[in-house]
Amino acid sequence: MVEFFTQTGLGIGLLITGQVLLIMLPLLLCLAFLMYADRKIWAAVQMRRGPNVVGVFGLLQSFADLLKYVVKEVVIPAGADRAVFLLAPMISLVMALIAWAVIPFNEGWVLSDINVAILYVFAISSLEVYGVIMGGWASNSKYPFLGSLRSAAQMISYEVSIGLIIIGVIISTGSMNFTGIVHAQSGDWGILHWYFLPHFPMLILFFISALAETNRPPFDLPEAESELVAGYQVEYSSTPFLLFMIGELVAVVLMCALVSLLFFGGWLSPVPFLPDGFFWMFIKMLFVFFCFSMVKAITPRYRYDQLMRLGWKVFLPFSLFWVVFVAFAAKFEWFWGIYARWPM
Amino acid sequence: MMVFAFYLFAISVIAGGLFTVISRNPVHSVLWLILSFLSSAGLFVLLGAEFVAMLLIIVYVGAVAVLFLFVVMMLDVDFAELKAEMAKYMPLALLIGLVILMQFVMAFGAWETNAAAEGLRTQAISGDVQNTAALGLVLYDDYFLLFQLAGLILLVAMIGAIVLTLRHRVDLKRQNVVAQMMRDPAKAMDLIDVKPGQGL
Repeated sequence: MVEFFTQTGLGIGLLITGQVLLIMLPLLLCLAFLMYADRKIWAAVQMRRGPNVVGVFGLLQSFADLLKYVVKEVVIPAGADRAVFLLAPMISLVMALIAWAVIPFNEGWVLSDINVAILYVFAISSLEVYGVIMGGWASNSKYPFLGSLRSAAQMISYEVSIGLIIIGVIISTGSMNFTGIVHAQSGDWGILHWYFLPHFPMLILFFISALAETNRPPFDLPEAESELVAGYQVEYSSTPFLLFMIGELVAVVLMCALVSLLFFGGWLSPVPFLPDGFFWMFIKMLFVFFCFSMVKAITPRYRYDQLMRLGWKVFLPFSLFWVVFVAFAAKFEWFWGIYARWPM
Repeated sequence: MMVFAFYLFAISVIAGGLFTVISRNPVHSVLWLILSFLSSAGLFVLLGAEFVAMLLIIVYVGAVAVLFLFVVMMLDVDFAELKAEMAKYMPLALLIGLVILMQFVMAFGAWETNAAAEGLRTQAISGDVQNTAALGLVLYDDYFLLFQLAGLILLVAMIGAIVLTLRHRVDLKRQNVVAQMMRDPAKAMDLIDVKPGQGL
């Protein structure tokens, strides 16, 4: 039986399919409730009730929305480029989902433990912009096109600072594997060994860049409804629109996972006497998601030139300086060697 | 399995390249080009060069091709006119293509590989370091100066491009973000207590 799953081609295929489903299904199920949580937090900040009709406390609201989107008619504009128009939301969703292949949830709970894992996630997140650009262009309409142009510039700008921040963490760890990065943050003092202390300014920068990268408020300029109606999503309806929405939210949750892995020690327990495990990873991701929701609720939208200035004139020089600083601190073991966590 | 993956990627590289050339719509061409890039990244992974594959995706697909798409989408090129223009040079293009093809045939006809080279090709680095680490050692230890010089050339090229295209326009209204943030609310707006039923 074991041989069938580890030796034969069919067995390996079935095993991998099973593992993929094991990641995808809980993720998408969680997503439904995260979407609900997002709206509830947003409502609570604005002293509204939020969704409260479908199910107990409105818990099933996301499922009702899903049903509503799926059963509606798909409208394709007359001048649209049909193939690209329908391909765009699929790319958006697929790119958001395949990045999860290298995210570990616990010791060894990872689909593909490759040694360039963090580069893989970075590469995939740089591909996500195509869903937006293609959708905006294929709609053959002015607002979506403007939205997609904005989005292309925005996502490229903030990828630069995300890349530099990640390089700082890689220098500290000496590995591009997520399991290696989490192991580098373990120690006898629990929470004090996590990277958010030595790399503290970068945690803030990474969080803000993640907001911009995933087009979340206050940087949701590609779909700014007061200027562009809904940006690149204007012409989309029904299931294609749903795919865009899910893709966007999966990318947000992926950023939550990245923040917890890179800066909060992944599945490591904050105090030494409690066991490590999946539970901690889950709690950390929820905490980061809560921060994302709060930012959405309490900040007004940025102006476009402010966004570009922040990305290129503030984040880029600062994160570049930080890479140089971390490189020196790691090489000469300044500050009791907290920047040099290379496996001995 | 590996063979199947190889042929899948190889066919999609070639198909992508072919459609890049024959697509009528320039945006479609760029999208096919991106497919071609992605598939060649897949080929690199099959060769065991995962770092190069990821860099190919990040640099070419994630940055270069996006800017490419950006430009092509904004340009309004009339392709019928361009095609007619191109037809004039067709015989010359065919001649050049034929010459290059002949050269390739001659080069590959006389191609011979040393038997010892085959072993070196499959094991380019010693087995005890990872691919990425080996690349880092070569670039930053063995060929440090050359690598830095290459970086310097790129920097000079970048500065040159900026200098050539930089124009100081005086007719623009520029935003001064610092001044905007430092504004004093008390000076910028009046708070007026309006009595009910009276208005201002």
